[in-house]
Amino acid sequence: MAIITPINSDFTHSEPALTTRKLTLAYDQAIVLNELDLAIPSGKITALVGSNGCGKSTLLRGLARLLKPIKGTVYLDSASIFKLSTKEVAKRLGMLPQSPVAPEGLTVRELVAQGRYPHQGWLQQWSEEDENFTKQALAITNMTELAERPLDSLSGGQRQRAWIAMALAQNTAILLLDEPTTFLDLAYQIEILDLLYDLNQVEGRTIIMVLHDLNQACRYADFVIALRQGQIVAQGIPADVMTEGTVREVFGLESRIVKDPVAGTPMCIPISRRSHPLTSNH
Amino acid sequence: MTNSWIVIRTQKSLLSMRIDRRVPWVLLALIIMTLMIMVISIGYGEYPISPLNVIKTILGLSTNNPDYNFVIHTLRLPRVITAFLVGTALAIAGTIMQGLTRNPLAAPEIIGVEAGAGLFAVTIIVLFPSVPVFFLPIAAFTGAFIAAALVYLLAWANGSSPIRLILVGIGVGAIASAFTSVMITFGEISDVSQALVWLAGSVYGRTWEHVQALLPWLILFIPASLLLARELNTLNLGDEIARGLGSRVEWQRGLLLITCVALSGASVAAVGTIGFVGLMAPHLARQLVGNAHEGLVPTSALVGGLIVSFSDLLGRSLFAPIELPCGVVTAAVGAPYFLYLLYRNRNA
Repeated sequence: MAIITPINSDFTHSEPALTTRKLTLAYDQAIVLNELDLAIPSGKITALVGSNGCGKSTLLRGLARLLKPIKGTVYLDSASIFKLSTKEVAKRLGMLPQSPVAPEGLTVRELVAQGRYPHQGWLQQWSEEDENFTKQALAITNMTELAERPLDSLSGGQRQRAWIAMALAQNTAILLLDEPTTFLDLAYQIEILDLLYDLNQVEGRTIIMVLHDLNQACRYADFVIALRQGQIVAQGIPADVMTEGTVREVFGLESRIVKDPVAGTPMCIPISRRSHPLTSNH
Repeated sequence: MTNSWIVIRTQKSLLSMRIDRRVPWVLLALIIMTLMIMVISIGYGEYPISPLNVIKTILGLSTNNPDYNFVIHTLRLPRVITAFLVGTALAIAGTIMQGLTRNPLAAPEIIGVEAGAGLFAVTIIVLFPSVPVFFLPIAAFTGAFIAAALVYLLAWANGSSPIRLILVGIGVGAIASAFTSVMITFGEISDVSQALVWLAGSVYGRTWEHVQALLPWLILFIPASLLLARELNTLNLGDEIARGLGSRVEWQRGLLLITCVALSGASVAAVGTIGFVGLMAPHLARQLVGNAHEGLVPTSALVGGLIVSFSDLLGRSLFAPIELPCGVVTAAVGAPYFLYLLYRNRNA
């Protein structure tokens, strides 16, 4: 992976990056999240975890103002996100949905350049700044050489890197990602997560992502929020959140928590019917 | 940074833009080809005129033949210009529709514009044959707008969605076509044959008045489509991404739909239903200049103009002296092209 030089160093703040107050989100009257109070730390990596349908993706869409709450609101630096113009929000907060699809034939460079949209206007359609951030985003994600290739000719991992590059070109202090590693091979998953980790470490960007894999969440996140049926079951640093009790409550699964032999973070080993150690008799 | 874009920036950084490197050359080539077709088309007919004399007459140079002036300026030039303008308008409408719906098989037809226009025009021809002919385009345009508005409203549920627009559009279009068939079935035979010619889409007998009726719409909405091209790039990535990038999705989509309806509605009103241009032109243009709509919209417009101009010339010359309406020619080429696209889409 390319070495990242900081583009912006003013991303770090001590106050929470995003706060929700009584946030209630629903799809067609069916309430998914009810009166959620939440503070997402600034300059940190936050992982949202939980079982399927627990509302973690819904929460992420709510935080990115893609879903209008029926009650409550989201605060971005103490201003309600729905009071700000959508372009203003887009300069500070980028969102990458789960497995987005690009139009046929679109090249990587065209896609990444789209990330500059909130910074452009009728007259300023391609400033030098736009060009520099696009160039940098391609370099950071190691996509410079593939820039002229159509997206549909790339592998899953390369494609995901291109989308992340688009979000980087947007140059926002906050980056929201919905399961950025789904459908990727393990090696690509680690590559993407390492890239996000570097972005956080070097530039101090706040990263909030939905992750399916508990152990990856524990390894990469500073802050973990565990959800079950639209309620927060536990939140805090991985060592506090990741307990056998939490896993039971969130996933309905018995497990043992051990120390990740590589990273030292908590690691969840599920207990299943096929759990007794192999013996020589077999 | 790249050799695939041409970047234009003013010194005091007031203005900046980029465009695909291929665009200027492609546009130039298309303009030359279109002009050539136009000159041939104007010269062709029962009273043939050599290309040189066509150019001379249009430029106002003397040709020693006073007939040329009448034949060209009154009979043939307005027809050729109408064909070109209708082609550009339909092509832009198609480009917008394909960009909005993210569906390469979309065309202006799918939001019911042509079916609505057809129903209104045929109703007027069959039920009120005494109504003067100049009223026909107004009725067609009204029909186009009502059908599109109906589709948009019926497809609205907590916001518009491209897929609902397509489905409702097909439904409304089918209903309108059904009523058109009823009119054709029960109308007087002479009225019906007139209605059928209109439905087939022909630039036959078009005069400067038709050009004048068409021009205001194009002068207003072609620049609008060029200004909105940037928004199409963003919407083309899907609603979620576009919203995340700060696009006011519903607002932009509304503006683009109005542009699409106005351009295709004005075309249908002027010449009847000329199908498949809005489908083919954007595809051919995309192969020429790529996906970025800043270059795609003007390229597609010229490709569309070229297609209709050429179709009209073919329609007049293929089975001369019998004249095929150019809507029949575009359909004869367009339908197989549509099948080819379907096939390629499925096997992509």
